[in-house]
Amino acid sequence: MSTAYVIKGARILGGDPADIVVRDGVIAEIGANVNTEGAEVVEAEGLIALPGLVDLHTHLREPGREDAETVESGTRAAAMGGYTAVHAMANTDPVADSAGVVEQVWRLGREAGYCDVQPVGAVTAGLKGERLAELGAMADSAAGVRVFSDDGHCVSDAVIMRRALEYVKAFDGVVAQHAQEPRLTEGAQMNEGEMSAALGMRGWPAVAEEAIIARDVLLAQHVGSRLHVCHVSTAGSVEIIRWAKSKGCRVTAEVTPHHLLLNDGLAASYDPIYKVNPPLRTADDVTALRHALADGTIDVVATDHAPHPVEAKETEWAVAAMGMIGLETALSVVHEAMVETGLLDWAGVAERMSLAPARIGRLSGQGRPLEAGSPANITLYDPSPRRAVDPAAMASKSRNTPYAGLELPGRVVATFLRGRATVLEGKLQ
Amino acid sequence: MKRHLISAADLTRDDALLVLDTAEELARATEGSMKKLPTLRGRTVVNLFFEDSTRTRISFEAAAKRLSADVINFSAKGSSVSKGESLKDTALTLEAMGADGVVIRHGASGAPHRLANWVKGSVVNAGDGTHEHPTQALLDAFTMRRRLGDLEGRKVTIVGDILHSRVARSNVLLLNTLGAEVTVVAPPTLLPVAIDTWPAEVSYDLDAVLPKSDVVMMLRVQHERMNASYFPTVREYSRRYGLDAERMARMADHAIVMHPGPMNRGVEIAAEVADSVRSTIVEQVANGVSARMAVLYLLLGGSEPAIGKEVSQS
Ligand SMILES: [Zn+2]
Repeated sequence: MSTAYVIKGARILGGDPADIVVRDGVIAEIGANVNTEGAEVVEAEGLIALPGLVDLHTHLREPGREDAETVESGTRAAAMGGYTAVHAMANTDPVADSAGVVEQVWRLGREAGYCDVQPVGAVTAGLKGERLAELGAMADSAAGVRVFSDDGHCVSDAVIMRRALEYVKAFDGVVAQHAQEPRLTEGAQMNEGEMSAALGMRGWPAVAEEAIIARDVLLAQHVGSRLHVCHVSTAGSVEIIRWAKSKGCRVTAEVTPHHLLLNDGLAASYDPIYKVNPPLRTADDVTALRHALADGTIDVVATDHAPHPVEAKETEWAVAAMGMIGLETALSVVHEAMVETGLLDWAGVAERMSLAPARIGRLSGQGRPLEAGSPANITLYDPSPRRAVDPAAMASKSRNTPYAGLELPGRVVATFLRGRATVLEGKLQ
Repeated sequence: MKRHLISAADLTRDDALLVLDTAEELARATEGSMKKLPTLRGRTVVNLFFEDSTRTRISFEAAAKRLSADVINFSAKGSSVSKGESLKDTALTLEAMGADGVVIRHGASGAPHRLANWVKGSVVNAGDGTHEHPTQALLDAFTMRRRLGDLEGRKVTIVGDILHSRVARSNVLLLNTLGAEVTVVAPPTLLPVAIDTWPAEVSYDLDAVLPKSDVVMMLRVQHERMNASYFPTVREYSRRYGLDAERMARMADHAIVMHPGPMNRGVEIAAEVADSVRSTIVEQVANGVSARMAVLYLLLGGSEPAIGKEVSQS
């Protein structure tokens, strides 16, 4: 039998203290001064209880780049960050474009056991953008894929994108687009603007993202399909998505923690720890993204956790790999950027980091409200301490965090996956 | 002065004037001969060239040798670098060799910034990607001063591929520091989108700017820009933005023509302009050695005064 827990005095979604009884993988009861007999007590006074976090955008790198991350190490990092489910992106080697590969990743997740691993299927074979991958086979596989993405590459061909949007309707799928017009971003290194002009780096114009989003919301509207926009990074993208939603388009969108906190001024160091796709944008973009997340134009926070080995970042900017790890800092960054600023309360955080991503990914057992009968996926978060981020202390196999040394609020104290503690007292179990 | 010279923005007005004054002294001390000064005896300067640029390398090498420094030329071609050794490993090798100064030329913008994190010696940027080339700006300012005197209020026009030009970036910054008024002239495709944030006027019309310029600096335009549709044809570029004798005739009598080299004669500059009395192109080469001597002397802090006892020619 699994251990029963009584989580004492936790503030559910930041509300009044309550006790949460966890038994047989579900939340058995929520109340005051509940009976603790036969249960392990978790003292949670002052801690905020959130539904287990769900990431729509994680690169676990397995199979193919196990030197950067494995399903095991990545899901350990996820648990440490308060996540109970992650969507594993398809740009592995081999690409997750067949039932065989998505089932392999899904099984590795089950074996590791730190959080649910929901594979994302590639939209096109080999991420080449030329012909559709076997989307139906991946949907019907044991992995039950519902989110399809060529992430890392844009599905730039309008006909392929249209067909993908239409085709996945048959199994209630969604296409998650990495919006990047390829010709406008050839050799691009950083946001195109004042900083790229001064630093002499090839610019990555906002319009390269916005033009694809504009096209895709029109396509999705035309064929009546669901579209999800990965890592929205510009104020202009926000305006287009806001307009599309006002017209009834079934579009959802995500923003990464780093785009909520960091801006392109950091590139002045030429330290490629800040090199990421899409690039860090201006401070005005950061402000627009925060407000869009607050008002619901952007639905979710997704990490785009992108591990890279040290040697891929200890180089000149131009040759460095793009991407940052983010699972273990996401909640603290959202706390800093959204809660400390008064833009979101903890219920709003739960909606954007757990409920909405689970809905978009069609994960039935995740992102449920904390109430009796729900699966016991719970994150306990201590909002009070401020700590300097220490890359060496991370569970991820990679160290490419842009927050090293930066002081951020809060700490994940415990994570429960269907009633089993994956993290307790801030330590992996 | 800062320990490194990576950007022209690293130099305050006082720093820049000190470099120019020092360059003037050094030029006079060594003029007309291959005299060497003992200033940097015992110091090691490494020329780390990841890009072929014989003229810049030779200029730095001559500057270091005239100050009696030991010079090690480390070229990426045929070395471990071409076999995939990282910039960091190369930097650690230089550390082990005890380099007091590293002169780096690299195809990637920001490579000197990265190098400066990994070596203890002074880093001198000899051109990084499409970012900066601060010693070129110093030698250009030195050349202007020799021809025109104080640069305060002087009107300098830079013409050509501003977007990709490290020479333009460093010149705009340094000339602004020195009080000159800079105008950049280019087709709009070859200007950064945020050019309005630069301390420079912008024009698309060379003819309108020429008569009021004290200095016209022509930049090399590369043929591959045409293939990427930055302009339709070399002929059209040359007609609209090239400096020929007819255009040169509209310049003020005292105005000079500069070019950082290597030139595309007949494209951005006509042969009769390059070879005219207004042209400073040959002086720029000689002045490059003096400016680089001044930079190396000031950064590597020779134990002896810059102008000391002369040693015999080697
Ligand atoms: Zn992406």
